[in-house]
Amino acid sequence: MNEAGQARSAAASTTPAVELVSISKAFPGVQANDNVSVSLYSGEIHCLLGENGAGKSTLMGILAGMQQPDSGHIRVAGQEVVITSPRTALDYGIGTVYQHSTLVGALTVVENLILGESRALRLNVSRATERLSEFSAMLGVEIDPNALTSDLALGRQQQVEIIKALWRGSRVLILDEPTSMLTPQAVTELQVVLNRLREAGLAVVFITHKLHEAVALSDRISVLRQGRVIGTIDREQVRESSPDELESAIVHLMFGDTLEDASAPELHIAIEEREPGSAAPADTVVDSDGAAVALELNDARVRGDGSQPGLDGVSLQLRFGEVLGIAGVDGNGQRALAEAISGQRRLTHGQISFLGAPVASLSVWQREKLGLRYVTDDRLGEGIVRSLPVSVNLVLKRIGHAPYWRRGQVKRDAIDRNARELVEQFDIRTPSIDTRAGTLSGGNIQKLLLARELTGEAKVVVFHKPTYGLDLKTTRTVRNMIKGLRDGKAALLISTDLDELLECADRIAVLSRGKVVGIVENGPGAAEQIGRLMIGDVSLGLAAA
Amino acid sequence: MSDGVIPAHPTDVVENVPPPVGDNRQERLPRSRRAAALRDTLIRSVVPVILALVAGGVLLLILGTNPLKFYASVWQNGVQNGSWQDSAMLAAPLLLIAVGLILIFRANIWQLGYDGQYLLAAVLVTGLGPHITGLPSVVFWLVLFLLTALVGAIWTLVPALLKAYYETNEIITTLMMSFVGIDLANILVKGPFQDPTVNIPQTRTIPSNLMLPSIPGTRVDIGVIVAVIAPFLAYWLLTRTAFGLRLHVLGANPRAASHVGINVKRLIINSFLISGAFVGLSAFVDILGVWGYVRSNWNPAYGDTVIPFVFLARLNPLAVIPFIAFFAILSNGGDLAAANTNVPTDFLLVLVALILLFMTVIEYFGRQRDLGQSYLPPGLKQVFSRPIIPRRRGTREVNS
Ligand SMILES: Nc1ncnc2c1ncn2[C@@H]1O[C@H](COP(=O)(O)OP(=O)(O)OP(=O)(O)O)[C@@H](O)[C@H]1O
Ligand SMILES: [Mg+2]
Repeated sequence: MNEAGQARSAAASTTPAVELVSISKAFPGVQANDNVSVSLYSGEIHCLLGENGAGKSTLMGILAGMQQPDSGHIRVAGQEVVITSPRTALDYGIGTVYQHSTLVGALTVVENLILGESRALRLNVSRATERLSEFSAMLGVEIDPNALTSDLALGRQQQVEIIKALWRGSRVLILDEPTSMLTPQAVTELQVVLNRLREAGLAVVFITHKLHEAVALSDRISVLRQGRVIGTIDREQVRESSPDELESAIVHLMFGDTLEDASAPELHIAIEEREPGSAAPADTVVDSDGAAVALELNDARVRGDGSQPGLDGVSLQLRFGEVLGIAGVDGNGQRALAEAISGQRRLTHGQISFLGAPVASLSVWQREKLGLRYVTDDRLGEGIVRSLPVSVNLVLKRIGHAPYWRRGQVKRDAIDRNARELVEQFDIRTPSIDTRAGTLSGGNIQKLLLARELTGEAKVVVFHKPTYGLDLKTTRTVRNMIKGLRDGKAALLISTDLDELLECADRIAVLSRGKVVGIVENGPGAAEQIGRLMIGDVSLGLAAA
Repeated sequence: MSDGVIPAHPTDVVENVPPPVGDNRQERLPRSRRAAALRDTLIRSVVPVILALVAGGVLLLILGTNPLKFYASVWQNGVQNGSWQDSAMLAAPLLLIAVGLILIFRANIWQLGYDGQYLLAAVLVTGLGPHITGLPSVVFWLVLFLLTALVGAIWTLVPALLKAYYETNEIITTLMMSFVGIDLANILVKGPFQDPTVNIPQTRTIPSNLMLPSIPGTRVDIGVIVAVIAPFLAYWLLTRTAFGLRLHVLGANPRAASHVGINVKRLIINSFLISGAFVGLSAFVDILGVWGYVRSNWNPAYGDTVIPFVFLARLNPLAVIPFIAFFAILSNGGDLAAANTNVPTDFLLVLVALILLFMTVIEYFGRQRDLGQSYLPPGLKQVFSRPIIPRRRGTREVNS
């Protein structure tokens, strides 16, 4: 610790490990990086912050050799270098952990690591296993070298990714939004790992949207806005300010004003104008309190996938005019619940009723037409088709149907008109409606999905982790949209973020191992109750094991 | 899941499917970029062919033949003096098979059962045709037209159902069905369809008045017209119809296909049926346009020839036309040229192999320097790049 501390201060005073100098990069219609200069120092965690589309991933993509800058240059340890590919980046000691897994699931941990070696012709498994245990010791983690990576929990997989990035002796580690899909416990573990890396004298780049993570971890903070660095908070400042001061300094840099002034409720007003809140139909089913029931699950059972539980007899009632939250640790049947409602998964038992009528046997499209919508959490995996333009992605759930297709033939005018309207209404930042959807930044992809699901005759919307990876402002906008559905519609909000549920939901059900273990009215004390329900589940689980 | 802006990492599952073919639906790129994209496409598509011709030329020199004379002779015998007509007839079945493959490859489904589908359709034409010669010729052709399409389609049904309902690997099932189809065709030729008037195992011959008529003023049969219409029809299907977009979605992101409510099972089955139907039609054009009968153990394996060109054309049904034309000319003119210049006819196979070789080389460099789009769609690329490493099952760790 002492040694490491010295190494740290020594390193900080010398030349930066990496300097990005005046980097510019343009894509069709956007200047993603505009004359950006950032320096990374050994023994420091450098946090990159900025709203969605600010250019963070682009900048790091350039450093990692994924993309070439239009201008500017890169110095590694004072030497000017040209990084032409991820492999050259590794040669210069720059390792990257991408947000999505790059591991081959069918291979073991060691095999995956050997695969990352540049020109391994022969497999030296015993040497690799040894090296892995050295890394594990350094990071303070425990990894079974012979486990298949697909069997590992997400947090553990990420640790393997980190080791893979460091395998060839990298001195710089880039992590692009590493925490957005992790459980709180895994986030804590990651923070420990990062602190170890800092002590070991690595230069770490950490991209996040969560201010408290930035405040807790970073030694230096750079804020990007519209492709430019608009502020850097250096070591001394970070050390001297209190967490609260730091947080408000960051917000000020990111959004100009305080967040309160910057909030944008116009969006949710806009939706209401487009489709005036329809009151529940007169002949709908009414629950015991006399409120109209929008969606009802009755002893619903669904198969899970792999080791993930499905649904094991879930009964729920969603009333019109309410937001029903679903809390629980990720991987307790959340996806099964969402997909059972959307129609992507068949019930093996039980019933789902929508507006009083059974829908379990209806297809995704039939439910969609009735006004039952699903905003998926897997935005890139199933939400959009990256290679298709924004305009087509906006009608992806209506392929073959009027007014966008008539007699099987596409009506491009209708598609384009729809896209132009939605892009404006939902403030989707895209160079044009013909831009491939895969090139949009994370936040804008989410807005695209929201635009697709909330238009037309949406009556009940299922949101699955709707705000992960979104910047503060967009998060706020999305939450306002969800709350806006109270006006005559209904929302099911599945989230692992308790704060989000407490902010948006009227009632919160706790999901555990595919079962609803309790439903809590939102209000004072709700958080503790939910916490207790979730813990109760853990102790039950232990008792069973 | 992730944030999408980071493109192709080598091991990342990135949608790298060919862009949807309708250009005006694609990104409207600035002119310079569009020019660059076009240049890359041209390099990718044409350079392997040119390199193969050059390397082939060197080979010819070594064999003691003047390559210029040889290629000139190919041109003379494949295009000039009306020989283009034979090239066109040779190209017709190839084109139909190419279209059948392109349609289903676009959905990232690797239907490789073309040989069995083609031969069964061919054998049934010659087996059934001679029994219904009493029909008016137009009806005769119509019946056989539908029959071949149907036979080709039906022969994909087992792999289609297995794929749709059990996600069985279609490469294996279509190849198996192809072997079965080839053998069944042979049995039919030697058994029920055997021409009783001859001693060698072959089917009866379609009477010449019921063979497809020629386009007036040429030797080219009207089957070629069918073959030329097919790519345009496919292009229209892919760019203008809901079916085409569904195929693209399924190919680019199958999970998105289920998410957005596409009936994936039905789509898979339909794309198999359509693909098989086009392959079957190639037998209609070929048997009724050129051969008139089928011998046992005869298998032209058109599909194997077509596949490199399908990828050179990046699964674009219009772009495949010039490639098929090129091959047909080379093949038709090459036979005679080889005879005239004393070069073994196998030299033509060497040329095709060289094209494949240079495609591989360019694919390699293309990956290194990001040169336009890969020939191979991602699904196939993954099949090829999967590491072959002995696997030990480790201890399981439960997802938390
Ligand atoms: N390959 C690409 N082609 C076209 N445009 C791109 C590409 N990659 C990024 N962009 C654009 O560049 C801009 C910056 O994107 P970038 O992904 O760097 O933002 P980000 O700061 O990482 O955002 P987020 O927080 O949402 O991940 C965005 O407007 C995005 O649409
Ligand atoms: Mg990003």
